[in-house]
Amino acid sequence: MDKPTLLLLILVLTTAGYYFGRKRSLDIVSGKVQELHSLPSYYGYYLAMWVGVPTLLLLLIWLGFEGAVLSRLVVADLPGELQGDSGERAALLINEIRNTMAGAGSGSGDPSIQAAANHYRHLQAVSDWLLSLGVIALAALGGWFGHRQIEVEQRARNKVEKGTMVFLIACSTIAIFTTVGIVLSVVFESVLFFQKVPVTDFLFGLRWSPQMAIRADQVGSSGAFGAVPLFTGTLLISFIAMVVAVPIGLMSAIYLAEYASPRVRTVAKPLLEILAGVPTVVYGFFAALTVAPYIRDLGQSLGLDVSSESALAAGLVMGVMIIPFVSSLSDDFINAVPQSLRDGAYALGATQSETIRQVIIPAALPGIVGGILLAVSRAIGETMIVVMAAGLSANLTANPLAAVTTVTTQIVTLLVGDQEFDSPKTLAAFALGLVLFLVTLMLNIAALMIVRKYREQYE
Amino acid sequence: MNSASSSRPITPGETLAKVKAGLPRRRAAERRFRAYGLAAIVGGLVVLAILLLDILFKGHSAFWQTRIELDVFVDPAMVAASSDERTRLMEADYSGMIRQGLGKLFPEVTERGRKRSLGALLSGGAPYELRDRVVADPALIGQTIPIWVTASPDVDMFEKGQLGAPDTDSFRLKSDQIEWLARLKQEHRLEKRFNTQFFSAGDSREPEQSGIWGAAVGSFFTLLVTLSLSLPMGIAAAIYLEEFAPRNRWTDVIEVNINNLAAVPSIVFGLLGLAVFINFFQLPRSSPLVGGLVLTLMTLPVIIIAGRSALKAVPPSIREAALGVGASSMQTVLHHVLPLALPGMLTGGIIGMARALGESAPLLMIGMVAFIVDVPGSVMDPATVLPVQIYLWADSPERAFVERTSAAILVLLAFLILMNGLAVYLRRRFERRW
Repeated sequence: MDKPTLLLLILVLTTAGYYFGRKRSLDIVSGKVQELHSLPSYYGYYLAMWVGVPTLLLLLIWLGFEGAVLSRLVVADLPGELQGDSGERAALLINEIRNTMAGAGSGSGDPSIQAAANHYRHLQAVSDWLLSLGVIALAALGGWFGHRQIEVEQRARNKVEKGTMVFLIACSTIAIFTTVGIVLSVVFESVLFFQKVPVTDFLFGLRWSPQMAIRADQVGSSGAFGAVPLFTGTLLISFIAMVVAVPIGLMSAIYLAEYASPRVRTVAKPLLEILAGVPTVVYGFFAALTVAPYIRDLGQSLGLDVSSESALAAGLVMGVMIIPFVSSLSDDFINAVPQSLRDGAYALGATQSETIRQVIIPAALPGIVGGILLAVSRAIGETMIVVMAAGLSANLTANPLAAVTTVTTQIVTLLVGDQEFDSPKTLAAFALGLVLFLVTLMLNIAALMIVRKYREQYE
Repeated sequence: MNSASSSRPITPGETLAKVKAGLPRRRAAERRFRAYGLAAIVGGLVVLAILLLDILFKGHSAFWQTRIELDVFVDPAMVAASSDERTRLMEADYSGMIRQGLGKLFPEVTERGRKRSLGALLSGGAPYELRDRVVADPALIGQTIPIWVTASPDVDMFEKGQLGAPDTDSFRLKSDQIEWLARLKQEHRLEKRFNTQFFSAGDSREPEQSGIWGAAVGSFFTLLVTLSLSLPMGIAAAIYLEEFAPRNRWTDVIEVNINNLAAVPSIVFGLLGLAVFINFFQLPRSSPLVGGLVLTLMTLPVIIIAGRSALKAVPPSIREAALGVGASSMQTVLHHVLPLALPGMLTGGIIGMARALGESAPLLMIGMVAFIVDVPGSVMDPATVLPVQIYLWADSPERAFVERTSAAILVLLAFLILMNGLAVYLRRRFERRW
């Protein structure tokens, strides 16, 4: 049986477990529910737990390790001359074998690969058999054990509640595991990268050309991994974005919070928030096909030399995307300023705009700064707009009309397509990912701390 | 105060005069400030309108496709001789039949080069359309059937007026081709019809044969995985953190983590998926399963945060009443608090799903950018999703893909509007003030 069917089977068995458990408890007391410790349904849940949980765990573990185990077995059985000794080659072979299996193989001409594919298919079938057998056996065992446990005095409710609690706790720790997973995966590959390229070269080098030639005698045979042009490119585009987003976002938040009538507010606020809901790939398309050509034509008519992948186009569109982040956070904080401060300012004869500029903004400033920091972090990490509208050439320039590249663009370029897993080119992407993660982490933590501290101020 | 005592005291009349003198300037500043605010909002909305109109303008034409009607004689002599009925039908010389059908309309075209440019009016997929007709109904063999076939992308764009001026590079039609088209039009053999292929086909290198169905199914499978994992887990985590967790360092760590994950760039989740799910667990690359797992980790914080605020909104009196009549704390939460908080949680879940539907950057990392023609059949098959399909088409040099990209964006936006509308409806319908 394949896995989706098996999953369905487990669900059916679990439901059956519930039914039988409930029935068993009623049978024991011959229908007199009041003699049972718990409600009959709890005995049902109890038995269902015994059937469902072990089998689901088995399925998950199997799914997690099947691929790795099978490919190791297949590679071990390959004829010696194909095996080689590096892990990189094994990974390539496995890819080829899988492609052959899918019937779209490029290397299907090789008979030993073909044989290996058949071998793989055979092992896969055996593995599926074993798994089905294991699931059914485990379900039967759990069902038998749980069924036997059901008695008049059995505290089924407490046990089911304990099981539920374990599930709740497990789910809430996933956030921690995700963070740990992110850190481990980028740090592990980055360490491998920094063994090949020194950290200082990476952080302070001025030249970025990760394309490694295949033969040593080709031009540019050694890649250069100086990431400074990427950092400046990212900063340039983010800066342009913030120049657009901060004034527009802040002013619209002020208008919505202080001037707009409730009716305008209920219409304009959700409309502005649509800007945050538009998928980034749509902004990327807009930037690449509408804004960039427009800016280039405009520049040409003014006699300026504008690249068709200018930082300006990507930055402007990114700024539009970020407007709602700035405005909705600022709006929250402006609204949190107590009315008494406004009344005080009006009583002294200040106009509304003077009140806003000299009382409300200073009072809300920490929150606004926190919101802007979050927006900067969003701008730095934004991917699709820059992948589609910014260039690939790593220019070290502050000219917004030139093409620059960014950290996220390079991560995508380095990792899309076929990769070998220990070339510095691939590993460089993870090092860039590490930098990105750390920078956004610091921005987020700073923003959260500012925001949290400020929130308490007026409460 | 001390300045007043040292120098001459200011009379009230002088203050008043000073204030009055400054008033016009201050009022102007007030009006200016107000105008800036209004301009900011109007500016933001204008950009939004330009964005949407631009895409609508570029994309609406892709829902129509130029088709040409031919009378094709399904020649029994051209159907391959094979014992197997299916291969016999599949391998017949349909392009020959199409050529003949086209030749019948323009008997005066005999020269080779002109014949070729005549054939270039039709899509390369035209023989397959004939094949599908014949395979579906083998009785057509030996008959002459009228059939509408897809025109080539150049013809399509010419008909839609998108080919540019006649003497530019992008204008790839010759003058006699244009004459032929005019004649076909006169005979009512050339029409723009609703483009069903766009909604039923998978990806293709040929713009006129490509469709979004494959990507839509991929998106469906990916979201199915995401929804079935992130909603139960998100609700469970929210319940634990809001109702049961003791206030200690451990829960603080969890909370900081959740808030932080909500702001981690999406591409970093892609790196995680690549390193953990694909390289470590060796799950199939490009599969909706891996895509769904990555998006689950991404949307989980959103759902947890929304779920917690929904739980917070349930008044404590409900809990006290349930505990008072003897419910256990788990029963209190699951039987009494959760049902009241569920609409709010579902709203959060839908918003999270809408975000996952529009997400593309992390999916690029796990190989969902591959060129995939087949429509995926399960969560383990290689697939792509709508936003990534948009990215792929946007990258394509073929001019004819621009309108299709925009049309795909329109479809994606329609889904997003639908989901967000559902969320708003749920909120309105079930919102309770306590």
